Amino acid sequence: MEDTALSGLPPAMIETATALADWLVILPIVLSLMGAALLLVLRGQKGLPVIVAALVVCGIIAADVGLLLRILETGPVSMTMGRWLPPFGIALTADLFGAGFALAAAVVTLAVVLYAEMGRDDGQSRDGFHAMVLLLLGGVSGAFLTGDLFNLYVWFEVTLIASFGLIVLGGTPPQIDGAVKYGFINFLATTLFLLALGLTYGLLGTLNMADIIREAPSADRAALTGIAALLLLAFGIKAAAFPLNAWLPASYHTPRLAVSALFAALLTKVGAYALLRTLIALLPQSRELLEPVLVILAVATLVIAPLGAIAETNLRRAAGFFVISGIGAILAGIAMPSAEGVAGAGVYIFHAMLSVAALYLVIGIIEVRTGARDTRAMGGLYARSAPLSILFFGTILALAGVPPFLGFWPKLLILQAGVAEGGMGWVLVSALVVNAVLVLIAGTRIWAHIFWRNGPEGVAGVNEPLPLPPLTGSGRLAMGATAVLTLIVFAIGLWPNPMLTVGQAGAVDLIDTTRYVQAVGLAEVTP
Amino acid sequence: MDYVLALLVGVFVSLGVYLLLSRSVIRMILGMTILGNGVNLLIFTAGRVTRGVAPIVPVGLDTPAGPIANPLPQALILTAIVIGFSMFAFLLVLAYRAYQSLDADNTDRMRLAEPDNAPQPPLSY
Repeated sequence: MEDTALSGLPPAMIETATALADWLVILPIVLSLMGAALLLVLRGQKGLPVIVAALVVCGIIAADVGLLLRILETGPVSMTMGRWLPPFGIALTADLFGAGFALAAAVVTLAVVLYAEMGRDDGQSRDGFHAMVLLLLGGVSGAFLTGDLFNLYVWFEVTLIASFGLIVLGGTPPQIDGAVKYGFINFLATTLFLLALGLTYGLLGTLNMADIIREAPSADRAALTGIAALLLLAFGIKAAAFPLNAWLPASYHTPRLAVSALFAALLTKVGAYALLRTLIALLPQSRELLEPVLVILAVATLVIAPLGAIAETNLRRAAGFFVISGIGAILAGIAMPSAEGVAGAGVYIFHAMLSVAALYLVIGIIEVRTGARDTRAMGGLYARSAPLSILFFGTILALAGVPPFLGFWPKLLILQAGVAEGGMGWVLVSALVVNAVLVLIAGTRIWAHIFWRNGPEGVAGVNEPLPLPPLTGSGRLAMGATAVLTLIVFAIGLWPNPMLTVGQAGAVDLIDTTRYVQAVGLAEVTP
Repeated sequence: MDYVLALLVGVFVSLGVYLLLSRSVIRMILGMTILGNGVNLLIFTAGRVTRGVAPIVPVGLDTPAGPIANPLPQALILTAIVIGFSMFAFLLVLAYRAYQSLDADNTDRMRLAEPDNAPQPPLSY
């Protein structure tokens, strides 16, 4: 009796140990969480936490590179937790996009960790900064590498609680003010995401991404589109797409600069990645119905965000508007689901992480060198620090997408997709071109105000510029980290081929999900 | 039963949204909590409510004898409750700190990060 009952059922448990190479999928997450725990213990030791944090992040970078190479070789890699086979066990599934973004996130984190040494004093050695940075990286890596929607929600919350800790670090009144706005709207976004999750479970009976891909085509299309719209709203808030963006310029400029840089580089991109994953790979039929909405959101974000940057005199707030303008380009790619469009969106996320981080770090050094946060109080820095002006101008060109800088290549892919699409594609193409011009105007104006004019507003220019005091030890480290990150941005812009190849291969896997579903091990049991 | 729960979810969500639209931070926190509990109830209802039978396989069988309650939504909700509670605790402390250092429970008066009288955009160049 028992034998017949057993043979009638499909296997539910994993009987063999996971191949050692597959452990690479979880290694970045494990390393960051264990590193965060270790750093919590080391809190208060002078000088040691930054070294440990940098070493752990180097290990995470190595794991991400290994994972990326393995996915290039064999296709998406999946590992299931806790012996239950998918769709019951929680799967971590990494494809090229996920692994590539996790790598970019780790590189940015390394630069930020080194940069943050500037201005840290002994009084701050117990504040747990490094532990929270690693926790943030763990949450972000988890979101990029997970293959389960509920697990994605959990990683969103891990990221959120770490970012709550980071944004109030220091506790000045403007920070508290920014944290209230940041905290409420982001918590609301994850609650809306949870609402969509509950509805997805009610409709499809599963939350495993590969299983959703299999179940979605046979489900009620109207209900599924409602869920997709909810996801668009939730991730739109997270990514700060146009009508939902007001929280970003209200909060991102308040914490210390290293934290601002980390947030701007990683957090909105996680939202954009989640949009890419859910709308392109999981619910493509619903995305089609939502396409007009996506086009409107993309065009509005592309045009309005750089206008905000033009009107802004606070340097960090202006940078916040540059972050939002990049989200518009990603939305434009999501609105055109051809291989070029999706590859463009993916490569743009990669570019935006690196370039935005570089921009914020350069801004931080400008603030330290001028002692001001407002561009009206700056001026004449060109004569005093030429390297800084080159770094700033380079990141502006990269963000605007001037060839041969990094931002040009993803925009080129999206433009190609738009031209090939015709119709609505042309609207997006013109919005992208307008966006590039506006970003260039905003960026060069800021550059002119900080570097080109003789002195601050209302102050007569000095003919003989006073030399700046030389940077001290940690200042030099910060300048070095900034320069290296900016040079990476320049170098990838000059040799974009590897990035573009990976991006296009990743886009093919995201649109045609056969290999992804196979990697999770669900292909044989087609309904 | 499902319909009653669905209706209750609607009441919770609308109550939460109404409180979130308030200017008082404390009311917004209460709204957040009620909204979160509405969502938890929604997940519970989405897992199909059945009466009585615990999801335990009897000794000697490989599958449960009859229809059983779905255990997965409860696991999901448990996770969501824990996360929601920690967020609630953080927001509560944040609201208290905001009340202490900004002397404001009214979001209209929280204008430190974005000053009311923002300077004109630069007109040169």
